[in-house]
Amino acid sequence: MTAGEETRRAVERVARQSYGKLLAFLAARTRDLAAAEDALADAFTCALAAWPEQGAPRSPEAWLLATAKRRAIDTDRRRRTRDGAVDPLLLLAEELHAAAEATTEIPDDRLRLMFACAHPAIDPAARAPLILQTVLGFDAGAIASAFLTAPAAMRQRLVRAKRKIRDAGIPFRVPDRDELGERLDAVLDAIYAAFAEGWTDPAGTLVRRRDLADEAIWLGRLVLALLPDEPEALGLVALMLHAEARRPARRDALGGYVPLAEQDPQHWQAALIEEGEALLRRASAMGRIGRFQLEAAVQSAHAARRHTGRIDWRAILTLYDALLAETGSPVVAINRAVALGEIEGPDAGLAALDRLAGDRRLGDYQPYWAARAGLLARTADDGAADAAYERAIGLEPDPAVRRFLAERRAGLAAAAVVKPRSDA
Amino acid sequence: MRYMLLIYQNEAARQGASERQMAEVMGAYIAYTKAMRESGAYVAGDPLQPSSTATTVRVADGRSKVLNGPYAETKEQLGGYYIIDVPDLDAALSWAARCPGAQYGALEVRPIRPL
Repeated sequence: MTAGEETRRAVERVARQSYGKLLAFLAARTRDLAAAEDALADAFTCALAAWPEQGAPRSPEAWLLATAKRRAIDTDRRRRTRDGAVDPLLLLAEELHAAAEATTEIPDDRLRLMFACAHPAIDPAARAPLILQTVLGFDAGAIASAFLTAPAAMRQRLVRAKRKIRDAGIPFRVPDRDELGERLDAVLDAIYAAFAEGWTDPAGTLVRRRDLADEAIWLGRLVLALLPDEPEALGLVALMLHAEARRPARRDALGGYVPLAEQDPQHWQAALIEEGEALLRRASAMGRIGRFQLEAAVQSAHAARRHTGRIDWRAILTLYDALLAETGSPVVAINRAVALGEIEGPDAGLAALDRLAGDRRLGDYQPYWAARAGLLARTADDGAADAAYERAIGLEPDPAVRRFLAERRAGLAAAAVVKPRSDA
Repeated sequence: MRYMLLIYQNEAARQGASERQMAEVMGAYIAYTKAMRESGAYVAGDPLQPSSTATTVRVADGRSKVLNGPYAETKEQLGGYYIIDVPDLDAALSWAARCPGAQYGALEVRPIRPL
């Protein structure tokens, strides 16, 4: 390895470990994320030039901060001579100076940064991308591809959000107790959105999207480290760990889709499940139930199959009842209908789905049609099952899932030929 | 930072209010403004005459055009404003939430651009 390469790696390592921390520290004082990003980017560029000659400094974080500070002062000078206005960067430089003198430990402001990014005044669609960019240092292009958005549109969205934080005076602070719950939900939602984007690529073929699931878990753990007594944060991390544990089982050897109920528990990652279970136990001991804990508990009930060999649908139904009461989400209602179908038979499940039929959002929602098709396939109404499968296939973006649904649909016809129909 | 709180409410609904209701709202505004002054957040604030008194001016091709009526016909109308000086958006939002007008309509919170 050449010296240049070695430096590059050292810088990358520091960038990965410290980027968010340094940026949070810089931006929390001025609320100007874009200026802090520029100063930090300059500092990293300087590191690439200086470290091969001088060797990597003993405290890379302090070195980078000092350099960012110098850069900020330079920029500030240039700007002040240009328009004569008082610049927040001066404040930044002073603060940095004070911090460099007073402490050796750089305070961890990443949680405060996340609360700013997920502030209710920020466009919900920008929150998760903004957290990924500022806390993890993802570039806009990578975020755009992870969220299947055009890079220019994503860049715009991020620029606008940063400008709003600066110009509207959105604070970098952990909210007070009385509003923490609601505000934390927004942070957790953003982390979960990042995870879900990574999760939709089940085979992990798009490395970037799989990384997103890993990074979301990392962010969740960070929230836990800084707010250890929030049951919903524990619930979110438990939920993500459970889902991640099943990644290897979601595809068979040929790349075919395997639904949860048919996955081989041998292929689940036991260590992740155990960790998720432990977090969920800690959360439930706190006695404040919430959406993420309930969702994690559903995952936990499915995971129990690895010991019991069966799925406890009654327990799952109870959890979905509670989730439905909590969220009113039609997605939860679909899952609840499926669980009901497992306990009381397909007609009961279908009746529950029928009650949702008025919700227009579900017309183009694949899981609704897949659930319907699965339930109808167990009744005598093959025609309706066939139509529902067709609709689900038409709405599904993942080719492996499309193949799976097409096989089930073909099985419908085969079964009809083989077995005599009771209603025929 | 300075913020402007723009108070929007339905004028028609307000006109239908009884005298007692009007007095109640007025009392709430007086208490609110007083609390704002005492905390040091208050900079300015006024109620506006109804939007039926509004006149809109535009200059096009060097000629001013005067139109009878408000800038935009909306279900809720701008009925008053406050200017406050507080540390950040959260503080501004908590003042907005306490405004009596928030109960009957909506408040738009806008940071004032420093010049």
